[in-house]
Amino acid sequence: MKRMLIGAAAALALSFTAAQAPAADYPDRPVSLVVVYSPGGATDFQARIVTMMAGEEKYLGQPMVIINKPGAGGKVGWNQYASGAKTDGYELASYNVPHFIAQSIKFETKYNIDNLEPIANWGADPAVFVVNKDSPFNTMADAVKWAKDNPGKLTVSGAGLYVGHHIAFLQIQKGTGVEMKYVPHKGGAPALKSVLGGQVMAGVNNLSDAYRSRDNLKILGIADLERDKEFLPDVPTFKEQGYDVDDSSVNFRGIMVRKGTPQPIIDLLAAKVPEMFKNARVAKQMKAGGSPMRIMTREQVQTMWKNRQVFLKELLAGL
Amino acid sequence: MEFLGYFGAVFTPMSMLILCVGTVGGLILGATPGLSPTMAVALLIPFTFHMDPAQGLILLGAAYTSSVAGGAVSAILLNIPGAPANIATSLDGFQMAKKGEAAKALQMGFISSGVGGVFGILVLIFLTPVLAKWALGFGPSHLFWIAILGVTIIGTLDTRSVVKGLLSGCIGLWIATIGYDSIQGVERFIFTDHLEGGVHVIAALIGLFAIPQVVEMLEHGRTPRTVTLMAMEHHSVLDSARQVFAKGRALTIGSIVGTIIGLIPGAGGQIAGIVSYDQTRKFSPNRARFGSGEAEGVVAAETANNAMVGPSLVPLLTLSVPGSPTAAVLLGGLLIHGIFPGPNLFTQHAPVAWTFINSMLVGQILMMVFGLYIARLASRVTLVPQPILAAGILVLAVFGSYSVQSSLSDVFVMLTLGVGMYFLARFGFSAAPMVLGIILGPIAESNYVQGRIIAEAGDGLFAYFCTGTLNLVLIAICAASVIYSVVMEVRTRRLIAQLQKTAQQEAAT
Repeated sequence: MKRMLIGAAAALALSFTAAQAPAADYPDRPVSLVVVYSPGGATDFQARIVTMMAGEEKYLGQPMVIINKPGAGGKVGWNQYASGAKTDGYELASYNVPHFIAQSIKFETKYNIDNLEPIANWGADPAVFVVNKDSPFNTMADAVKWAKDNPGKLTVSGAGLYVGHHIAFLQIQKGTGVEMKYVPHKGGAPALKSVLGGQVMAGVNNLSDAYRSRDNLKILGIADLERDKEFLPDVPTFKEQGYDVDDSSVNFRGIMVRKGTPQPIIDLLAAKVPEMFKNARVAKQMKAGGSPMRIMTREQVQTMWKNRQVFLKELLAGL
Repeated sequence: MEFLGYFGAVFTPMSMLILCVGTVGGLILGATPGLSPTMAVALLIPFTFHMDPAQGLILLGAAYTSSVAGGAVSAILLNIPGAPANIATSLDGFQMAKKGEAAKALQMGFISSGVGGVFGILVLIFLTPVLAKWALGFGPSHLFWIAILGVTIIGTLDTRSVVKGLLSGCIGLWIATIGYDSIQGVERFIFTDHLEGGVHVIAALIGLFAIPQVVEMLEHGRTPRTVTLMAMEHHSVLDSARQVFAKGRALTIGSIVGTIIGLIPGAGGQIAGIVSYDQTRKFSPNRARFGSGEAEGVVAAETANNAMVGPSLVPLLTLSVPGSPTAAVLLGGLLIHGIFPGPNLFTQHAPVAWTFINSMLVGQILMMVFGLYIARLASRVTLVPQPILAAGILVLAVFGSYSVQSSLSDVFVMLTLGVGMYFLARFGFSAAPMVLGIILGPIAESNYVQGRIIAEAGDGLFAYFCTGTLNLVLIAICAASVIYSVVMEVRTRRLIAQLQKTAQQEAAT
């Protein structure tokens, strides 16, 4: 009994010191990054690029290892992460806004913006409105006019419910004041395929994916505050065309940790990770892959998360 | 004939080395239950970061090609398909192995993989522009009917009993509904957190095929004859080749079915092998022997699942639309090197694109050569004492199901399904129709749901699903498949009844 008590005390003391001085030599082993989508998807692909320099001494000095936990649009991975991940700074996860916030509002998930801590944002992929190259619609106004004459008949594909594409669709519907038909797909690629194959009349999709298929598509509008100068300088925003659609559907991607991770570790990551994203090789690879970057610090992401939460609660309240 | 000019880049020492490494690696990864071609390619992508684009793609292409064929090894030797694409291979392949023809089955499998694979790549080289648009024309209604065609096969896949085959298929369809549904996000049958992500088809595949096998082996392990050895005979490669090429029907059907199913985005090459197997059986005079070690079945299945490889890249390379999960992973591999597939791929990046395609052509041949060599070694697996083999399979099964999504839940699901299958198998149910149900359920369902939404906005449900040439053709094929099965079933029953009658009469006289 006595031995057990001593053992327990020792274990307690050990865990106490472990919790006390975490950041001293952090990180002294590889850090894992949970990606909640399959290998090869846009999030996975970008996560691999932006973390490839982590091993450099001036960043983390340890490599980041990607672990894919796909399923149910990210719900499986994020649920497991928010309820079971270690808070020692060695288990990070990637986030997609507005996906995880919208899901936490619409479903009983184990995650929400209150039990997760952002570290930094690496990318922002705005939603664009696309039609087939052979479509009679040449501007957003053409599509709106047709939809006005045929309410609920204009089919629009997108990747699933309560993801960036769906949010953009809801906003476009609200901003243009016409009723259209949203056709959810299993992901961005199948949704784009339906536009190219003529199964639907239009689609909401990622800027990066639409950009790659631009020879077979007409891109009518971009759901962001500004045009994309790097990839699609000629595509006007919805605002420019007179429709009230802001950047709330932009797909932000970044890195987060679970709440309860020691503050010194969060601070260290928040300082080093954005620097790692700024690396020239990372930027070059991202540009080569057609993935728009938007680096944001922890404070900026915290504000962005809160704003999205308020906005999405209102938008999704009626659904 | 532009592609001929780029063969030089494939035959440089470095490229050939990478091609060989990728091929052998792919064969081994493919033969491991749970490591599907998609996983094999995904695992290799990080290695291409520091290679030049053409070499990186050679590695990925070689791995894709050979992992599809590698899946036949475990399907034939252990009755555990390496990936869903190899389910049909196990039906006759394992029976052949039981009869001591493991080496022959493997050799014939690899040779027909090579034939189908080369055919598929040639389709990719010569017909890409023509077929790309055609492939995109397949919408939700067509995919729905293709899935239904698969369902019509379920009942007859198990030759022992149509009713039990259908019941197994229904259990599979039910298992497929577990989890969040992929279109609406609704929860179904999630009674424990482990089922949140649904039942992954790879985890189910391993569980349903491998675990009953392991339990059976261990059962035998307790009998006095602790070590049961399968007989293994040497078999000449030339003879296998001669036999493969004598099976023109299976090769033709396999190549055509594999190509068509590979082309259609979203149909999933997973069912190419099974559809081809089924069609070959229907046209074959030896149909009664299918399921009991008929080599033609192995040829049909393996030809089709490798013929699918080339065409499955058509939508990706020409329109940047990945038609299958593996193509989606390859897209990531292309993008990382700044190569955007699409209409301009062959003008802007001609050297890289053609080197990649040519290397896959050469890769098919290498796959056949290495495969034949591995076949000689691998068939020795049957000489391993069963208890040791069982332990090895169990380790691979746990490892394989965990690695799919790095999730322990998949391991629990795998083990549960496996133990359930062991008992169901005693009552005559079989694993193949069940897995087919798990694969087809989501395809049929999500395309029906999508089609219904589109139909609501358009001309209504009936007009959307049941009019149009392509829909009508597919419906006709489905109907023919059902009618054929019923007619054959009735005819067999009559035959059996007649035989019994004459036997009784003979006994009486």
